[in-house]
Parts: sequence; C-alpha cells; structure tokens
Amino acid sequence: MSTSPDGRTASAPPGGGVIHDIGYRHYEGARLGRAAIVRALYVDSLRSAFGLGRSAKSKVMPFLLLAAIAFPAFVVAIVINVTGQDEFPFELTSYAFLLYVPLSLYVAGQAPASVSRDLRFRVVSLYFSRQLLRQDYVAAKYAALSTAVLGLLALPLLLLGAGGLLAGFPASDTLAQLGQGLVGAAVTAPVMAGVGLLLASVTPRRGLGVAAVIAFFVVVTGVQNALQGLAVTQGRDDLATWTTLAAPISTVDTMIAWLFGTEPTASVVLPDGAQGLAWVAAAAALVVVPYLLLLVRYRTVSVS
Amino acid sequence: MPLIVTDALTMRFGSITALDALTLDVEPGVVGLVGANGAGKSTLIKILLGLLPATEGRAEVLGLDVREAGEAIRERVGYMPEHDCLPADTTATEFVVHMARMSGLPATAARERTADVLRHVGLYEERYRSIGGYSTGMRQRVKLAQALVHDPQLVLLDEPTNGLDPAGRDEMLGLIRRVGSDFGISVLVTSHLLGELERICDHVVVIDGGRLLRSSSTADVTGVSGVLVVEVDDRAGDVARLLREGGLDVRPAGRLLEVVLDGEGTFDAVRDAVAGLGLGLVRMERRRHRMAELFETPREEAHDVDVP
Repeated sequence: MSTSPDGRTASAPPGGGVIHDIGYRHYEGARLGRAAIVRALYVDSLRSAFGLGRSAKSKVMPFLLLAAIAFPAFVVAIVINVTGQDEFPFELTSYAFLLYVPLSLYVAGQAPASVSRDLRFRVVSLYFSRQLLRQDYVAAKYAALSTAVLGLLALPLLLLGAGGLLAGFPASDTLAQLGQGLVGAAVTAPVMAGVGLLLASVTPRRGLGVAAVIAFFVVVTGVQNALQGLAVTQGRDDLATWTTLAAPISTVDTMIAWLFGTEPTASVVLPDGAQGLAWVAAAAALVVVPYLLLLVRYRTVSVS
Repeated sequence: MPLIVTDALTMRFGSITALDALTLDVEPGVVGLVGANGAGKSTLIKILLGLLPATEGRAEVLGLDVREAGEAIRERVGYMPEHDCLPADTTATEFVVHMARMSGLPATAARERTADVLRHVGLYEERYRSIGGYSTGMRQRVKLAQALVHDPQLVLLDEPTNGLDPAGRDEMLGLIRRVGSDFGISVLVTSHLLGELERICDHVVVIDGGRLLRSSSTADVTGVSGVLVVEVDDRAGDVARLLREGGLDVRPAGRLLEVVLDGEGTFDAVRDAVAGLGLGLVRMERRRHRMAELFETPREEAHDVDVP
C-alpha cells in the first residue's frame, strides 16, 4: 500500500471536527465477474425505466402512464364486483391491444431515455472499455425494457384476475384467462421494447428518438387499420385478418387469440387452422429481428 | 513484469497505416505517449484495451496478451477517453458509483470507493450537483475518477489536459503524478505537448505517423550535459570574450552564457574570468538536457511533432 507520509494532513473545516486525509487506499475487496455486471446494468436500467434513481421529473411520465394503463383494469375489477357480472367484458388477452396508445407512449419515452442518453453523452465508450461486451450491453438494455413493459401489462391483468376471483368467477377459468393474458403480455413486451430500442439507438438525440418511436407505432397501426378497413369493405374478412401482420401489436394480438382460441380484437376472424403459424413466425421474428439489429447497431459504436 | 510490450505492432485501416511496426517495452511508472494529432496514440490505446485487433504483430499489457485476454486486461485497467463521456443529468457521485458497479464492484464497495476517489481527484461538495453544470476542469476530474474507481493497476489517460487553462493543466498534471507516485498505479498518458509530459513522466515514448521515434526514460534524456551555464550580474559580453581568449567555446544565450565544458579547469577559468573583471557570479551549473532536444536529432519525421 502506498500512502504518502506528506499526504497525511489534518484540517479543521468551518463546521468544526477534523478531516484526516489518510491517503490513497487500495481496494482489496471482491471483484464480481461479467455476469454480475450485466445483472447490475439490467437492474439499473429497469429502475431507470420507471424514473427510479433519476430526477423527480423523470418519474412523472412512467408513473402517469402506469396509472393510465392500470386504471381501466382497476375500474373494470370494481364494476364486475358491484354489478355482479359473470364474465370479463373483454378477453384478458386483448388488454395490451386495447391499451396500445399509452403503452406506445411509455416505450417512446423510455427507450430513448435508456439508450439515446448513453450514445449522446458517449457513455458507451466507458461501458465498452470495461469487461462488459457490446452484446452484454444490448442484452441488459433489451431485457430491462422488456421487463418494464411486462410489469406495466402484468399489473392490470393481476388486478383484473383478482377482481374476477372476488366477483366469484369460476377460479380455474379465471386463472386460465389470466395465464393467457400474461403469456400475451410476455410476447408483447419484448416486441414493443425491441422495436422501441432499435429506433432509439439509431439517434443520439433523445427528442428525435421519442418522435421516431411514436411515429412508427402510430403510422404502422394507421396503415394496418386502413388496409383492414379496405378488406372489410370488400367483404373479405379473411384478407382483413392477414392485414393484422402489418403492425406489431395486431400481429401479437392475432397470434395469441389463435393460440388460445380466444376472441381476437385486432381482427374480425381468427386465422384459419395452420395458417396461424404465420402469425407465430411473425411474432417470433418481431422478437428476434430487432434484437439482432440492435447487436449489429452496437457493433459499430466507437469507443473513442 | 513489464507494463506494456509491443512487438512489430501494425494497424492498417484500408490504405492508411495508423501504426507501423511499433516495438515497445515499457516498465511500470508514469509513461508519456507523445505524438501529433493522428500519430496513432488513440489507435494504440484501443489495441492495448483489447478493443481493436491489430493487423499484425502482438502486444501485451500487464503480461496479458491483448488478443486473447482483452476482458482480463479491461478488468485491471482504467480508461479516460479524450472526448467528453459524462451524462449531464446525473451527479458525479451517482455516475461514478454506477461506473464502479460496471467495473464489478459490489454496491457498498462502489459507494465507498466513489467517495474516496472523488476526494482524491479534488471534488468535494460539488459532487452532489449535476455534471451538466461543471467546468471543464471538474469534468476532467470526474472522467479521471471513473477510470480510478475500481483501483486498476494501470490507467490509460487520453489527452487529459485538453481544453484546460494553464492553472487547470498544472493541477491535472500534478494529479496524474500523484496517481503514479502516491497511489502506486501505473499511468500511460498521451499528449501532443512534450513539455508537459516531461515534467511528470518517468518514461516518454514518442510516436509519429504510427512509427516509434524514441522511447527513453526521462532520467536518461534529461541527464546533465557537457554545457556549463553561467550567469553574471553584468557585462556578460566581456566575460565571453575573456573566456574565448582562453580557448573555450562560449555561446551567449540570452542573459546567460553557455560554456562547453573542457575538463575541470573550465570551472576555474570561469571563476577567474568573472573575478578578474570584478563582477558577481550569480550562477554556474551544468545544464540538463531537455526533452525537446530529442527532436533536434537529424530525423526528418521529428519536425512534424508539435513541440512547445
């Protein structure tokens, strides 16, 4: 240990008391490996996705949108108890589709906060000059935002499930619906997060990132709606179902409905038999492709 | 164990050769890497961090091969980039704690080390304020702190004095010297200003156009020379003439005289000449070499390097 004798000074600050400069001390404690570092980045990014550990201002939007997404479920849970209904007014698998707008706004706000900031201030160069690899960074950020979106969707589903059980809905049926809803949320979350992060990672400007993500979600859904409307007016319900592949959220909604045989919200009719596999493939691609593109994107980020 | 060893290290980007058969062997301590902008300093740092595979040749840092052990090297090394790399919206404490965690320190240790290191780099109350409001000097200190927070064996500092005013420059250089001497952490510091590295480095490596110009210890380079510097209180010209008459080689250098040493008798000759003229002898000492003299050697590349 190299402490300098002349570095040992004592000074009395105005507030009284004495600060002893004990010189530089080496760190002898534990050094965690790469896996622990990735976990720490994941936890930190997940907390940040709700503004925790950030300024008070950064907490406003995530919690406002969390309330916007959970409140309808809370109201429905109360209403079914008060009015004594015997089933949910909608399929639990449809919840993400119904709350698509606040969900998009959440991703549009948090994806750039997660990655554009590191690019804009060039903090990435400090990450990549440590043990952390580029793919570790992408994995941690992707997993963190996916978990955040999943949490955002799971809370209202759990509220609905609890409301259903309290209202005396058949337990097995209610739990099955809740499970289906959670599976849907588990697919929706990485799709939304992956697309959002990919768009945000292209620009170091946070404002542009927010605008790009919102624009993307609005435009693709708009296009999908227009195509679907066109098909329906032609009386082609089967074609209308195919148009759901034009937007991520309608793809996932249709895929989950087909998988569980529930009522689809995005489309009029379910895909016909094995055709549903097309939606499974599309949803899988929506999970995998943005992730792969993120890996490619971060391969080109310079350290100096 | 040598700090950094490179053997015919070559890096080409298309038709551009950033490093050209660079062979180095540097012992632990404070090492200066001098070269003009574009000389290959940052490329060398990236290769040493194991982030950029060299086209040819090999390199070792702390005895670890950069090709095979990049991760192990980055665990033991701290890096301070030349460019800005601090988020404006967090405090220095929050930021350095986070970077400590990203270096593998457990949460409690990260907080303790952050408090220690920020104090050592000279950030006190301001560490609780947003980095966005910091001066360049404070930002450089935070950048240095994040490179030191995990107590590395070596820190790579890329142009740490860039953008600082003369006072800030001196403080930063003093701090870097302390990292080497008091903290016991080896330093590789780059600069395009030779003069400032001369003051704090044990060893200086000069590269230009990706090629090694010189690698030598500061003690060797700045050793005593065969020139006697003489300062008298008046009539230096008369002293010079008298000494020349005595057969000595004398050159006026401003108010001083430079007398080429010709055995022990030279000291006596100067003393006698000054006393004979009834003048006061203010100073008589053997001049030390300066780093800048490296570039007075007849090598053409040397003229491209920015020497103050």
